[in-house]
Amino acid sequence: MDRVRTAELTGAEIVIRCLQEEGVEYVFGYPGGAVLYLYDELFKQDKVKHVLVRHEQGAAHAADGYSRASNKVGVCLVTSGPGVTNAVTGIATAYMDSIPMVIISGQVPTAAIGLDAFQEVDAVGITRPCVKHNFLVKDVRLLAATIKKAFYLATTGRPGPVLVDIPKDVTTHKTEFHYPEEISLRSYNPVRKGHSGQVKKAVQLLLEAKRPMIYTGGGVVLSNASAQLTALVRQLGFPCTNTLMGLGGYPATDKQFLGMLGMHGTYEANMAMQNCDVLLAIGARFDDRVIGNPQHFAQNPRKIVHIDIDPSSISKRVKVDVPIVGHVPDVLDDLIKLLRAGAQQPDAQALAAWWTQIDEWRGRDCLKYDRTSKIIKPQFVIEKLWEVTGGDAIVTSDVGQHQMWAAQFYKFDKPRRWINSGGLGTMGFGLPAAMGARMANPGATVACVTGESSIQMCLQELSTCKQYRLPIKIINLNNRYMGMVRQWQEFFHGNRYSESYMDALPDFVKLAEGYGHRGVLVDKPADVEPALRDAFKRKDELVFLDFLTDQTENVFPMVPGGKGISEMILAEEL
Amino acid sequence: MRHIISILLENEAGALSRVSGLFSARGYNIESLTVAPTEDASMSRMTIVTTGSEDVVEQITKQLNKLIEVVKVVDLSEAEHIERELMLIKVRASVKEREDMKRMADIFRGRVIDVSDNTYTIELTGDCRKLDAFIQTLDAGAIIETVRTGASGIGRGNRVLRV
Repeated sequence: MDRVRTAELTGAEIVIRCLQEEGVEYVFGYPGGAVLYLYDELFKQDKVKHVLVRHEQGAAHAADGYSRASNKVGVCLVTSGPGVTNAVTGIATAYMDSIPMVIISGQVPTAAIGLDAFQEVDAVGITRPCVKHNFLVKDVRLLAATIKKAFYLATTGRPGPVLVDIPKDVTTHKTEFHYPEEISLRSYNPVRKGHSGQVKKAVQLLLEAKRPMIYTGGGVVLSNASAQLTALVRQLGFPCTNTLMGLGGYPATDKQFLGMLGMHGTYEANMAMQNCDVLLAIGARFDDRVIGNPQHFAQNPRKIVHIDIDPSSISKRVKVDVPIVGHVPDVLDDLIKLLRAGAQQPDAQALAAWWTQIDEWRGRDCLKYDRTSKIIKPQFVIEKLWEVTGGDAIVTSDVGQHQMWAAQFYKFDKPRRWINSGGLGTMGFGLPAAMGARMANPGATVACVTGESSIQMCLQELSTCKQYRLPIKIINLNNRYMGMVRQWQEFFHGNRYSESYMDALPDFVKLAEGYGHRGVLVDKPADVEPALRDAFKRKDELVFLDFLTDQTENVFPMVPGGKGISEMILAEEL
Repeated sequence: MRHIISILLENEAGALSRVSGLFSARGYNIESLTVAPTEDASMSRMTIVTTGSEDVVEQITKQLNKLIEVVKVVDLSEAEHIERELMLIKVRASVKEREDMKRMADIFRGRVIDVSDNTYTIELTGDCRKLDAFIQTLDAGAIIETVRTGASGIGRGNRVLRV
């Protein structure tokens, strides 16, 4: 019965070996009782680098930002109990935006599970609704294969976060180490190729369109399909819009780009969405912030082609005519091939008339704002940020007005440059995400556009930035209000600014200095550009730019909640 | 509309809560849910009875398919199928009621499986409507306790759900 045995490894050794096998470069985490053996193994090697955050929410957001900026898997490591619960906001953020992440959480020893042990929570139960999948590993012999599965699930199909919960005793148990090269699951076989008959139907619809529109979302960015999308849009000569999550999927400075659509989308993008006769939706999900009221949207007849990797995203809020389930770049390749092979061209005459209409809508200049203002306009700061960084920075954002202005005024020509929490809308995301983005792209210019309220939600990470010398430029649009809340209160709650004023703000300059960074207060429009130029020249320093902006400024256009996408409030109408 | 959905899923800890969690998180109805391992112990077969519009049921099947541990899903009500449910019902059966109760059970092809001085426990199998009908037929005061398994379903003829 004796057989040759390879050396046995402990569970903790196995976890670290698995991360090495996966080529994991960084693990964002925070130690604690249940993960001590894992940290001990991390200590003994130098392939996988650990980034010590200051709060587990920061670990999850940093791993998330790392993934978004690099197309690699973001990995985070947290301890049991509060370690996991602190990470939940970050995990849910990644889940809503389909970001591939692997979260390793410590758990109390197997024998203590269910006995309300110290720092015990049901991690698998708590995270179940906000992960793509999760595992509790009770047997060390299943550990390596489970971690392999986690990486496989996180990255294939519609990506998402996967949590692996490991009881402390499992990290001490020993077994032979074998990391599977491949894994297959009988219950999980994501489709890659689109149905050829459906692709043919789509091509026919596109070629017959009189008023076509191409609407793309985060799926194009996540699946690295920007090149295919750009080729398709240019070949067809159709207008294109991106969702908040899809920005950078198509070059924003291109003349066929109509800007972002949705609640704070441009007039021309929203009008074209409502009035088109054929809509090609790619890697997008017709969510409430994008098409507003679905009944209103359905009032205009149009044919819809929808390409998505996730069948459940198709016909969820809006019925579509030609569903195509598949990996976006593969389906777009097929579409382009068919278009090129056929003799038929799009209807040039109809298209010219459609563009005339679109140009008329563009003429409304829906993003105009007061450029002569004596108080700093937030839009002006973003425009200058775009100029100063040559449009080539990685820009992360928090959530609120500043996020919308960044999306509207920073013209992203490349994918994975715009990193924000679109689905969950997580304040506090921006700074840790910027850390991850910078880790993924050493040498890149990284700016975090934030507001005085959002930045305070993960402020502690300024300390992490110091430790790892992350020269992020924080663009704080400080209007002393939770701006978006204030805007809704102004429009829909009779100017009753209930709890949206940010009183007792810290002196951000001193605060930045307290963390060992550089802080600069900017309160005059004329100082905006020089301050930005100076900050971005400082390649090795984190600079916290505190811009005192107009407190009354609102984000326009705006589609009020429950209204149709073409029922926008424009600045000029007020 | 009432739909009866059959699911093959990995027989793993937590798989059931993923399914039930999905229904509660997305606001879908569950009328009944029944699950047990199949002849292949690594796999469970689940039957869910739900109600919803065609759009909602389409989303339910898509969302179920999206769960990693779900191997296959079929909406049995799309075609010919059979469904059965088991009910155990404890009724009052004192001396003067015994005859009537026995006769009623016979009419419904039920079997008396436990007897005490003043009760019968009747086992009854059928589709949900038959079980409902039996309950309706009895005097409400006669019913002491009922327990139902929820419906199990299977396609007719060559219509099969297997890996």
